[in-house]
Amino acid sequence: MPSANGVAKYLSLTPAVLFLVALTVLPIANLLVLSFHDVTWSGGRASWQWEAAQNYLQLGSDRLFIAGITNTLILVVVATTLQVAIGLGLALLCSILGRSSTIYRTLFLLPILIPGIIIGAIWKLMYNFDFGIINQFVSLVGLPRVDWLGAPSLALWSVIAVDVWHWTPFSFLLLLAAIESLPTDVTEAAKIDGASPWQELWTITLPLLWPAIFVTFAFRAVIAFKVFDEVYLLTGGGPGTATEVISFTIYQRFFVQDDAGYGAAMSIALIFVISLIIAVNLTRRQRLET
Amino acid sequence: MAQSSPSGAVGTPRLLLHALLFVAALIVLLPFVWIAAAAFKTQITLLMGNVLFDPVINNFREVLFGRTSTYTRSFFNSVMIASASTLLVMVIAFLAGYSLFRMRWPRWVVNVFLVWAIGFNLVPPVALAGAWYELFRGIGLTNRTIALSHTTLHLPMALWLLSSFFRDVPRELEEAATMDGAGFLALLWGIVMPVMLPGLVSTAILVFIFSWNEFPVALALTNSQTSTVPVAIAKFAQENEIKYTQMAAASVLSAIPALLALILGQRFIVKGLTAGAVK
Repeated sequence: MPSANGVAKYLSLTPAVLFLVALTVLPIANLLVLSFHDVTWSGGRASWQWEAAQNYLQLGSDRLFIAGITNTLILVVVATTLQVAIGLGLALLCSILGRSSTIYRTLFLLPILIPGIIIGAIWKLMYNFDFGIINQFVSLVGLPRVDWLGAPSLALWSVIAVDVWHWTPFSFLLLLAAIESLPTDVTEAAKIDGASPWQELWTITLPLLWPAIFVTFAFRAVIAFKVFDEVYLLTGGGPGTATEVISFTIYQRFFVQDDAGYGAAMSIALIFVISLIIAVNLTRRQRLET
Repeated sequence: MAQSSPSGAVGTPRLLLHALLFVAALIVLLPFVWIAAAAFKTQITLLMGNVLFDPVINNFREVLFGRTSTYTRSFFNSVMIASASTLLVMVIAFLAGYSLFRMRWPRWVVNVFLVWAIGFNLVPPVALAGAWYELFRGIGLTNRTIALSHTTLHLPMALWLLSSFFRDVPRELEEAATMDGAGFLALLWGIVMPVMLPGLVSTAILVFIFSWNEFPVALALTNSQTSTVPVAIAKFAQENEIKYTQMAAASVLSAIPALLALILGQRFIVKGLTAGAVK
């Protein structure tokens, strides 16, 4: 191996290493240090006061933080499950119909590509109490208008409905790709043996799809955990704490209330919680497989 | 399976399946149609809830040329930021990918980068926004700092996608080129890049769209001068009296890159979105 190539090998990796170290590792390390401090501003200069684990202890009694975690978990579980279920149904339909379903595949890409903030704007208009199309429809049927985003018992479910609408196409896309990469010889054999389409689905296609379904679920859950854009525009976390999600709580503590130390502690705690959930799921899955 | 199993639909009338998909397509499409219609309404026709109306372009005129409107500046900012960060991400990820996946590194080095590429997705962007805010506060928040942030956000994803596309490049091709005495850059530019072009295009489209759509970091790191398109739209919702029809018009304008990408590069998008998860 010529030495010029050895130099190229290191040089071409350098920019990526710089970004990894300078803009990912160091900022997170900084965040970690920050989370043990109380930051106060005086005369344009920040002063850091060592607080040990004070910020972390505070988390347990922070109503906003607890509401944020709870609502986020509800949203992740409910929305992700619905997205995978509906997405799987649609993907199976498309795979049965084959080429004649191409137009739908294209159409379903649309919500994935549109900015989340626009999705929020669209649904803010559609949910509007006075002129939103949903209430127009409701009163057309003869029912009283509903305050979809203003009623505390309803707001989170309205947000979840938007998330399902927004991200079901993504589950659909991943699952359709998985279905189309399944080996065809097994299903062919089953057909020759006289299996009905239902038997084929339950005993062959679905079992073969399990890994893909798990991956889709994990992918979606990770993204759902970070939900921010739609909530910001639709409800701003309200009414009260009804739709407070954790990314939004961090944003409020860090930037709106300018409590950097406490916001940092929240971020670190969240990163820890997510890693824990993933780790538990992975080890459980490994145990199931062996 | 798709074409080879027409018998899967025997017994189940295909028409019913088509009807189901059609309803799903309507549910996906109608909200977009509704907001596009709202963009051409006056505030009064919107409030009246009329289905039929005389379309006006006043909303677009206000958003684009209104004296108090900052939308065009935000649009320009977004174009700059998304283009610059996409270019940076692609160059850095392509170089790093070639080095990692095609030149002999110890296994653990490659793994560090792959773990970064996946694990990074677990970190909420808001948490990083806080960290970057502390970092950039000293040097000032400009378009450049947001472009750098977006580059950092999407670099792991690009590296992950490219790792699967690099596998499609036959090694014989590189070996033959090296035998002929091609230098490192000539090899990358003349041999590897053309072969990987579809994968590179897929990745670049996605990185651009994601940067264009990105909201929480832009919200935290921009001011009124440097705000991006999503931040500008969010501002509509925060005014005391929300100008719904203008918000709709701004939304329609902001969807242009996504629509262009969908029309021109649909196959690339599907390739990119599925490559990361399926392979």
